[in-house]
Amino acid sequence: MLIVIIVLILAVVILAVLGGTFLLNRSRRSSKSQEHQTVLEKIGTVKAPPPSVEEAIDELHAERGISELDWTPPKLEDRLSKAKGLFGGYLPSVLGRGSILDQSWDDLEEALVLADVGLAATKSILENLKVVVKQEKIKEPKDLIASLKTELVRRLELNDAPIDLKFGQGGPTVWLFVGVNGVGKTTTIGKLAAREVKAGKKVLLAAGDTFRAAASEQLEQWAERSGADITKGSEGADPSSVIFDAIEKAAARNYDLVLADTAGRLHTKANLMEELKKVRRVSAKEPGQLCEVLLVLDATTGQNGLIQASEFKDATDLTGVVLTKLDGTAKGGIAIAISETLGIPIKLIGIGESVADLIAFEPQNFVEAIIS
Amino acid sequence: MFDSLANRFDSIFQKIRSRGRLSSTDVDEVLREIRLALLEADVHIGVVRHLIDRLRDDLVGLELSKSLSPGEQVIKAVNQELTTLLGGEDFKILYAPRPPTVILLAGLQGAGKTTTSAKLAEWFKSQGRHPLLVGADLQRPAAVEQLRILGSQVKVPVFSEPGNPVDVAKKGLEEAIRTGRDVLIVDTAGRLAIDKELMQEVQRISATITPNYTFFVVDAMIGQDAVSTAKAFHDALDLDAIILTKLDGDARGGAALSVREVVGKPIAFASTGEKIGDFDLFHPERMASRILGMGDVLSLIEKAEKTYDQEAAKRAADALSEGTFNLDDFLAQMREIKKMGSLSSLLAMVPGIPNEMRNANIDEKEIGRLEAIISSMTRAERLDPSLIDGSRKLRIAKGAGVSTSQVNLVLQQFKEAKKMISSMAFGDVVLKKIKKSGKKKSGGRVTPKGANSPTRHK
Repeated sequence: MLIVIIVLILAVVILAVLGGTFLLNRSRRSSKSQEHQTVLEKIGTVKAPPPSVEEAIDELHAERGISELDWTPPKLEDRLSKAKGLFGGYLPSVLGRGSILDQSWDDLEEALVLADVGLAATKSILENLKVVVKQEKIKEPKDLIASLKTELVRRLELNDAPIDLKFGQGGPTVWLFVGVNGVGKTTTIGKLAAREVKAGKKVLLAAGDTFRAAASEQLEQWAERSGADITKGSEGADPSSVIFDAIEKAAARNYDLVLADTAGRLHTKANLMEELKKVRRVSAKEPGQLCEVLLVLDATTGQNGLIQASEFKDATDLTGVVLTKLDGTAKGGIAIAISETLGIPIKLIGIGESVADLIAFEPQNFVEAIIS
Repeated sequence: MFDSLANRFDSIFQKIRSRGRLSSTDVDEVLREIRLALLEADVHIGVVRHLIDRLRDDLVGLELSKSLSPGEQVIKAVNQELTTLLGGEDFKILYAPRPPTVILLAGLQGAGKTTTSAKLAEWFKSQGRHPLLVGADLQRPAAVEQLRILGSQVKVPVFSEPGNPVDVAKKGLEEAIRTGRDVLIVDTAGRLAIDKELMQEVQRISATITPNYTFFVVDAMIGQDAVSTAKAFHDALDLDAIILTKLDGDARGGAALSVREVVGKPIAFASTGEKIGDFDLFHPERMASRILGMGDVLSLIEKAEKTYDQEAAKRAADALSEGTFNLDDFLAQMREIKKMGSLSSLLAMVPGIPNEMRNANIDEKEIGRLEAIISSMTRAERLDPSLIDGSRKLRIAKGAGVSTSQVNLVLQQFKEAKKMISSMAFGDVVLKKIKKSGKKKSGGRVTPKGANSPTRHK
């Protein structure tokens, strides 16, 4: 197989080198010839006159941000109500019909697909639902919706999966955070640090993202805000050793909890996933008690989320998922497929920017909040 | 990248290719399969509906054409629709007559705006421009520090100060004018489209600096939400183009299709890796052919041109077409190919590869072993493998630290590969054509029969 592949690539490469220059030039030419049509005739156009800077400042003076910790307990329904509309267009049309029609099923399919549940999961959900509807002789659209909620909750409730994040005995507890780039790992750690410090724990942050510029500075600011301490390495340092240093320090100075950050990485990068396996192994070393390996997942993620979760599970043996950015218009439907297909429980959800906006995941509320 | 989608289409068209003509039930089946593939690739459901409708129209008149087989026509039709969806032509930047050309980046949290700012700065530098980066993300902790570090990496100055983002952007513009920078790139905080307050803030930034280009930065892994988010940003900011990030993952990239379609603006740039240089203009034509399993030949050509030795390629072409290609040539070529990147990444760009092979798990270590086996042969053996008898085999196996059966396997596979290459579309005839070289048709035959390159149907 390998030789065949090499020869195949070779053949194409030869063609490319010898015959490709022409093809490339032609494609460049063809773009050029149509330049006039594609050009954006923006230059010179004047947009609305800018308001004065003073005006702008006035309007902006309501300072947002996370510098002061806001502990107002959030309501999931309130937060998610902004993002309603998943069933916004579909729910009324399903409920508005006198009975359950073919169109009702199409509406539900479309709504679930739009929520990123995925077509395969959607089909399986609706097939089960059809059986239930037949068995229980459901005729009313509102009962159909109720059964759908039950079905979704069932798929999110994993047997005996503890929602609470675990603490270990006999050494500092370690929670490790992994995920692709830009999902909110560092922010999640910052919020959790604030929560656990408030709960009376002595918390140490391990700045294991030694790759991204200023990642440890970002975590450092979170440490200051939350009252946790931090262990940093230099940029480009081995993340495993940074995290292990943190664990040893935590053991020596009686910390209760180490929150270990890692650099975001795409699950397709074999070398980076190998690095992560090592981080996982080292994090589990004595005296540390590795109790949670959490995949941080952006709720806007589409069907790729399932592959992500599966790859990270293989590499680091995940104990749970943190679903972030649920306060936007994204519904995070991929969580259903992840929870069901991979058996990884969703443990926390992020529904806003303040520290109190990271809350425990409850299937019932989650489903109620998006289908209402 | 778009591989999985390409694979889906592969398996659909495998079915059609084997049939002579296309019945109306075939059309329905094809459309159903295409719908499924597109939805699983995160293409927005509304976009899928439009695409399917348009395709149905295209396919109805299918029986009329005699020049192509029905299967080829379906491919052509889908290909054309996809190319249209992705935007037919590459994006071009027009610089403001009075510098600086002002660029504003906006998007959701974690889309990759700050990294993209630096990559964009590097890109403008490579175009001979002198950019200034402005850190107007005062929201996320250490975002400005991140931009400063990235800025120093690409040797582009960064302007920022505490306060409010509108002020910072305005002062950044003044700074660019004062210091004679001709491109201004403004990085902003990530925000949710439904966050009124923050959307108004970015509108004020936009009104203050009147950007020549407003880019919406979007993660290639985004799902169905891409459309409503992009629309909201477009309503607020009047976007000019889209920048697609994290395209080096295996997300199927339906977001690219959907956002392009709904917002009606082109995808200008794509980011394909963590290094600053992993960033370039987006090539819609290449993507469309990739989705259709036709490989990304143009990217492969570019890569090959950069690294492959012309003379070596010509020698190999001669050897292949004359049937004298031997293990010595093979070893030399294999080493050249290795320089171009990992085999799996190259394979992904090769058109018309059967699925089993595309999905094959290529162990890059195997290449080392292969190299060891061939290197353990004498030159005479490499030129004429039939010399290799039992005792020679044993010697070779010992030299390479493998078993004799592995040596056998290599020899046998090489024989098969040679046979295969002469039977492939780019076999003898094509290679001879190329040898006469410069002839215009040669390049076009890179795509296998039936998979028509989009450029040829313009």
